[in-house]
Amino acid sequence: MASVLALDWGNYWQQSIFRVLGSAVFIILGAGTFVIAFLFKMMSYMQSRLGPMEAGPHGTLQLVAEVGKFLQKEDLVPERADARLFKLAPYVVLASTFLLAVVMPFGPDAYFVNLDTGVFLALGLSSISVIGILVAGWASANKYSLIGGLRAAGQLIAYELPMVLAVVGVVIQAGTLNLQGIVAAQHSGQIFGWDGIGNPFVLTQLVGFVVFLIATQAELAQTPFDMPIAESEIVTGYMTEYSGMRFLLFFIAEFATAAVFSALAATLFLGGWAIPFVDLDDNVMNVVGPLVLVTKMMIVGTLIFWARFTFPRFREDQLQSFAWKFLIPISLVNILATMVLKVAF
Amino acid sequence: MPRPALKIPGLFKGLKITMGIFLQTMFPKRGIRTLMPAPTLGAVTVQYPYKSAPEVPAARARGVIALKEENCTVCMLCSRSCPDWCIYIEGHKTKAPPRRPGGKERTVSALDRFDIDYALCMYCGICVEVCPFDALFWSPEFEYSEPKLADLLHDMDRLGEWMETVPDFETYEAGSDAKVRKVPR
Repeated sequence: MASVLALDWGNYWQQSIFRVLGSAVFIILGAGTFVIAFLFKMMSYMQSRLGPMEAGPHGTLQLVAEVGKFLQKEDLVPERADARLFKLAPYVVLASTFLLAVVMPFGPDAYFVNLDTGVFLALGLSSISVIGILVAGWASANKYSLIGGLRAAGQLIAYELPMVLAVVGVVIQAGTLNLQGIVAAQHSGQIFGWDGIGNPFVLTQLVGFVVFLIATQAELAQTPFDMPIAESEIVTGYMTEYSGMRFLLFFIAEFATAAVFSALAATLFLGGWAIPFVDLDDNVMNVVGPLVLVTKMMIVGTLIFWARFTFPRFREDQLQSFAWKFLIPISLVNILATMVLKVAF
Repeated sequence: MPRPALKIPGLFKGLKITMGIFLQTMFPKRGIRTLMPAPTLGAVTVQYPYKSAPEVPAARARGVIALKEENCTVCMLCSRSCPDWCIYIEGHKTKAPPRRPGGKERTVSALDRFDIDYALCMYCGICVEVCPFDALFWSPEFEYSEPKLADLLHDMDRLGEWMETVPDFETYEAGSDAKVRKVPR
């Protein structure tokens, strides 16, 4: 079991195929769970509705019906669009999600790839989706798409910074960029000398966690920050001209990225796949670990979507000034405090 | 310009409201069964086709058009004024007995066919307005959906059945000289 998941077998191509299949499973299950649990059900209950109820018990198979519907639709390309780029864009967005899923650790030996600079790679890869969105906005030959794409680019660049700076605090405290190392540091850490439950960084890096969640919300273009797809102003932004299969790809990418970012937040701040009082190298963690990570991922997802279904949309200039004037200074102060405390203790 | 008040407490208030409604919907039961999720009880939504409609429409609602066959003179005004031509009328001339003994036999028009295609009807009510002989009336009944499109074509008998559901006209406000119209029963 352990050696199967740790990928110390097979040649390059076998490992690559395994990674692609593994991240595909993670993305499809993650996106599906998030859509059904949060978009269909939690949102409905928050508005005292029931949501989809017809397909399957309590509408659990609704997503299958939705995907079937999208696959049947015509794949339209506008006449004046740059057809090749227009068709390519959703794949670029989805690719960044796929690559993100690969670096996620699920257990002591259950990972697809264990890089020394895992966090660095994850944050770098998450920016690739901006390119896809910009391409989609530009290639659609539609002013709404273009405005949406530019807004998305501006927003994602603005919120990439606080996200990275929030993670820097974690990295300083853990002393490593390796995601497995960060999990281990949280498991064996101490909070000012007390090591009862280790040190999930959400306790000592609470500011970082909050900034990370807000930045995640903006990276995902979820509602308080959904200027790029603001449907009441610019139709659906960069997705305006997409239909059928390609719209479905954008849709999957949106929610899969939400799932992957939740898993990343759970790994960085909630202790990842580890649970207190259970030895890190215990072989049983290879089975329990993924379940623990998914549980924590759902907790973070609940927070993200709770905010999404509660708050109205920011104005474009407020959105930018919030990132540059508030989040970035606060995360810089957080880094400074973390450095001082790291040296002091 | 006055500085806007701090928005942080309002943010948490909003979060509290949405989570409160979520918990109300998810766990409506009280006592020991509080932890049993029962969203179908908690939600405001009524699963309408499975349960009876939560409220009946107002008496003046435009649900379905009823036909009083005896009043129809096959003048075709409704059919001609229909914006999407969803009323089909056929009729013939026939003899009726004289009104008073010894009088002349009258010629009247009788309906052979009076169909309204509710798949086309857009519920504008022009036919009801235009009818000079009080043959068409609005009824608030609305539960006549069909699995097949063709079954939405209501014939003369079906339209006649709706007459029972037509409510009386509302009385005018006090001081009005106009006579209240009566629904022919």
